[in-house]
Amino acid sequence: MKRSFGIIAPVVLWLTVFLVVPMVAVIAVSFMQRDELGNVVYSFTLDNYARFFDPLYLGIYWDTLWLSVLTTAICLLLSYPLAYYISNASPNRQKLWLILITVPFWINFLIRTYAWVLLLRTQGVVNNALIDIGLIQEPLQMLYTKGAVLLGMVYTFIPYMVLPIYVALEQMDNRLLDAASDLGATRWKSFWHITLPQTKSGIMTGSVLVFITTAGMFVVTDILGGAKAQMLSNIIQNQFLGARDWPYGSALSVLFVLSSLIIIGLFNRALRSSYEASKEARV
Amino acid sequence: MLMIELVNVEKHFAGQPVVHPLSLKIDEGEFLTLLGPSGCGKTTILRMIAGFEQPTTGEIRLDGENVTDLPPNKRNLNLVFQHYALFPHMTVEQNIQFGLKMKKIPQAEQRERIADAIRLTQLTPLAKRFPHQLSGGQQQRVAIARAIANHPKVLLLDEPLGALDLQLRKNLQGELKQLQRNLGITFVYVTHDQEEAMMMSDRIVIMNNGRVEQVGSPKDIYERPETLFAATFVGENNVFHEEHMFAVRPEKIRVAAEPEDARKSGIIQDIVYLGNIHKLIVHLAHEQTNVTVALDFTDERKWEIGQRVGVNWNAQDEVMIGP
Repeated sequence: MKRSFGIIAPVVLWLTVFLVVPMVAVIAVSFMQRDELGNVVYSFTLDNYARFFDPLYLGIYWDTLWLSVLTTAICLLLSYPLAYYISNASPNRQKLWLILITVPFWINFLIRTYAWVLLLRTQGVVNNALIDIGLIQEPLQMLYTKGAVLLGMVYTFIPYMVLPIYVALEQMDNRLLDAASDLGATRWKSFWHITLPQTKSGIMTGSVLVFITTAGMFVVTDILGGAKAQMLSNIIQNQFLGARDWPYGSALSVLFVLSSLIIIGLFNRALRSSYEASKEARV
Repeated sequence: MLMIELVNVEKHFAGQPVVHPLSLKIDEGEFLTLLGPSGCGKTTILRMIAGFEQPTTGEIRLDGENVTDLPPNKRNLNLVFQHYALFPHMTVEQNIQFGLKMKKIPQAEQRERIADAIRLTQLTPLAKRFPHQLSGGQQQRVAIARAIANHPKVLLLDEPLGALDLQLRKNLQGELKQLQRNLGITFVYVTHDQEEAMMMSDRIVIMNNGRVEQVGSPKDIYERPETLFAATFVGENNVFHEEHMFAVRPEKIRVAAEPEDARKSGIIQDIVYLGNIHKLIVHLAHEQTNVTVALDFTDERKWEIGQRVGVNWNAQDEVMIGP
């Protein structure tokens, strides 16, 4: 008993310092008040949570969820065929593709996001090109729209979806496809009944990663969405840095973490089959 | 009735021949085994019949129809894979149902066929389990049940017992043979285990280096091997090179304590006791080779290593090999 604790002690310490303490602090602050100067006043209140149910904030909350779901869905639809294509390429080609997918990570994230501003603004590359070829007369308002934010999110997070799906496809036993074919399945049926269920873990991992990071992302919204497309994470950021209302920012953070957990839980449950349940039961 | 016909089938991989031109006829209800060491081309032949490999030249006919260009899912035969290739996310029942679903068999008949396949392979208590909850032998049964539920004209089996331990393998050999008799369908079986081939097959095709060495019944092959490879690959044999090459099985050779009148003489190098058989390894002085002699189980004579003995056989037990 004592010895096994000795082994896990560093992990417990690490988790305590970097996860438990900050979480407890955020939860504690979310039940406190603030004075006119923005200092936290140590007296209990539920006002911070009540404020959230203002239609303005509920609307932003809904927008955030919707954008995150949409980003996840689009990333999945684009990533699966891409990952499938890569996993079927020759080993050398696979390496090349994987490098190309991770190349954007080598460039600073802010610079990559500002590059989209150059492309999308009214005097930007895309508008100029469209005017030059005569498709439009007036420049389109693309920047500072929800569409621009969605585009930025999908662009930023697509590797988080491609890589887990690629790994799942690589790990799949291809002899299963031979067996399916032998039993009369067409290629499409083999994909639907064998490949897709066998790569569910990759889809699950990718979706959770993209969903959480999108919901928590405020930089892309700030740069590509301007003031029009605000997300919950922008409001939280603003409470801590601009409005100096730490208790309200904390309350929003707690609500945000809770709703993310619920959504991920529902998602896992929807995708989990009796097969995975039976595997876990054995362990 | 003819079920499978290979007409001058040849297979090259990257320009290298792995199967030399081969013609073979397999009858309906026959248990035919492709026997040979690994890399001899036997699995490639099986995969060509199943449709996973295309012959470089030649034609494959199944029940009179040319299937050379048909993909595996269009051929009315099934393959039992070496490592079973069961679908891990499906239960035993769902695995068996898969092929029936793909062929759009009506629900009622699906249930009937699944029940039959499960009963024939004794899987009834395991129907709701997933493959990872089964032992190797049970997984093997599921693979067979999944194949036979499709009522294929031919069942192809690629070393289906290779991953199992000896005792289980022996039991399943008997079960498989029984199953084949009950179903009456053609089995094409691939193995490198000559004992397994001898025990189960109606006919054996011995292969080596992509070529057929001999085709025949187990008895033919044991008693009248046509090539040196066939003579030494199946069972133990003593090969002599004189004017002609000929072989004599160990059980056809007798030892004599007096070397003077014997055909050949030598020194006992080893005595092997295997329970039901008792063997002497005799080193022949003139030939610089060893002869294995299987002793009669009633032989009570005292043999010692180093003892000088004579070996004898009857002329009619010599089997001529080669041209």
